[in-house]
Amino acid sequence: MSGAVGRVWKFGDNLDTDVLAPGQYMKFGIDEIARHCLESVRPDFAATVKSGDVIVGGRNFGVGSSREQAPQALKHLGVAAVIAVSYSGLFYRNALNLGLVVVVCQDAQRINEGDQVRVDPEKGIINVAGALMQLACEPIPAFLMAMVRDGGLVPHLEKRLKGKAA
Amino acid sequence: MPCLPIPTSNAPTLVSDMAASQHPPQTLAQKLVAKAAGKQQVAPGEIVTCKVDLAMFHDSSGPRRLAPMLERLGATVWDRDRIVLITDHYVPAYDDDSRKILQITRDWAKANRIRNFYDGEGICHVVLPQKGHLKPGLFAVGGDSHSPTGGAFGAYMFGVGATEMLGVVVTGEIWLRVPETIRMHWDGRLGAGVTAKDMMLFLCGKFGMDGGRYQAVEYAGSAVTHLSMQERMTLTNMTAELGAQTGLIAPDAVTRAFLEAAGARDVDTASWHTDADAAVDEHHVFDASALAPQVAAPHSPANARDVSDYNEAIDTAYIGACTGAKLDDLRAAAMVLRGKRIATGTQLLVAPASKQDQAAAEAEGVMKVLVDAGARVLPNACGVCAGYSEERFGENLRVISSTARNFQGRMGAASSQVYLASPYTVAASALTGRITDPRSVL
Repeated sequence: MSGAVGRVWKFGDNLDTDVLAPGQYMKFGIDEIARHCLESVRPDFAATVKSGDVIVGGRNFGVGSSREQAPQALKHLGVAAVIAVSYSGLFYRNALNLGLVVVVCQDAQRINEGDQVRVDPEKGIINVAGALMQLACEPIPAFLMAMVRDGGLVPHLEKRLKGKAA
Repeated sequence: MPCLPIPTSNAPTLVSDMAASQHPPQTLAQKLVAKAAGKQQVAPGEIVTCKVDLAMFHDSSGPRRLAPMLERLGATVWDRDRIVLITDHYVPAYDDDSRKILQITRDWAKANRIRNFYDGEGICHVVLPQKGHLKPGLFAVGGDSHSPTGGAFGAYMFGVGATEMLGVVVTGEIWLRVPETIRMHWDGRLGAGVTAKDMMLFLCGKFGMDGGRYQAVEYAGSAVTHLSMQERMTLTNMTAELGAQTGLIAPDAVTRAFLEAAGARDVDTASWHTDADAAVDEHHVFDASALAPQVAAPHSPANARDVSDYNEAIDTAYIGACTGAKLDDLRAAAMVLRGKRIATGTQLLVAPASKQDQAAAEAEGVMKVLVDAGARVLPNACGVCAGYSEERFGENLRVISSTARNFQGRMGAASSQVYLASPYTVAASALTGRITDPRSVL
């Protein structure tokens, strides 16, 4: 599942769930929540992010709430992958359950805003700016990648339940 | 794994700090996970599938998210009696959207014949044990990040998102990486006016919001065993702010008394503790008697320092949330405010964590003390803490709050400045209009 090349949006440490999915919009559906994703730190993000773009973060990405609308908003806006030094455990699980590729890369901060990157979450490789720089990331475990490849836990379960029925 | 550094001089003394070697004996976390995984023992790092004894969710993470996914799968709940549903995020409803969310919740509870449905009783993490649903040895998940609260009762409990909860609701199972254990051992006793909240803010300041590394934090030592059950819940609750998967406290007579009063039966406190020579990954020792009240500056719980470092003026004092408005928290605020009035130009908001806690506080005269001091009482719900309610902090408001998270913009305007502290410190600050050491007014 080696993705296409995407443009990097770079953020720092402790990017929290309340910035990704602000509380006052949580009563709405994902369309409206996604419209306000990251608006307090990057007001132009939701309107200008393009399908296939990649988020780069620092330590403890997605800290805070259990609200899965945080990774869901990124996926809804077309973000192809998140690369960060570390994640909040809850955000990490939520992202994979929703089929969003999230990889751990100790050197994430060597990637720059606007870089073109390609993430291979199975091999654990990130190619930056063509192949000028290659960074290692922790591969996503195979049993989780199977779920991510299906598009997340719900389609994965759907397949499993249909398999049982057949 | 790396040892963590020795604390700075103004911190409680760290007596020892070591990484232990592997032994066959098990930690409390390992024992709880092994039971749920149907194994004799498990090792940290091992990935296991666990059977879930209890799944709790609320109006925001629950039916409005789960129902469409269940429908898509054509699936039903695996065991309706293992589900506990509680409304707290959109209570009370204030517009058509929030009314609709609550209606979906109520309709789903009825359609699925959920017996354990608590509507408007208070915040889920406080209501769950008060209704007798928790006990030592359980393996539980909650659709909320503060679900580690349940670990105060010797249960393994952690937060999950709605899709992961859907997986649990359909299969009754969840995968887990067996956690390492980080032990926070607190010797001595807390001084007057110092609380579990101060212990947790101190730990957030020392270890940061990722210090828990999504492992299990176990709280132990004489300062912990001397805490009331609700104070213990504050420790495990704010384990979320330490970034651990769960927080645990070995159950004892205090646990048993609380749970039996709440109607729980067959409470086993003997089996659920860390073996004396079990390997823990980090072991930190602190002296509780040296701990000063803590205050976390905007915009992170990790910005905690001694209260003496602050003198900022505040205009709002907020006592609320699962972490900061239980009966013991209300009692603490009342001890500060008895017979006094809050400072002119300051507002004090109190949102008792549950109906039961508010009723007890009324019976004891605690609510009257708070109201006489000038408090405005808000509903028994997540309220301003979650940032989902009608009430939000306005532009440039300077707030001191007994809640768990002060992320920028979480509780209101991005320009509002939220300081976190114990209910004692919040009440003392309401009294003077400045961030104040409660020990100076007690």
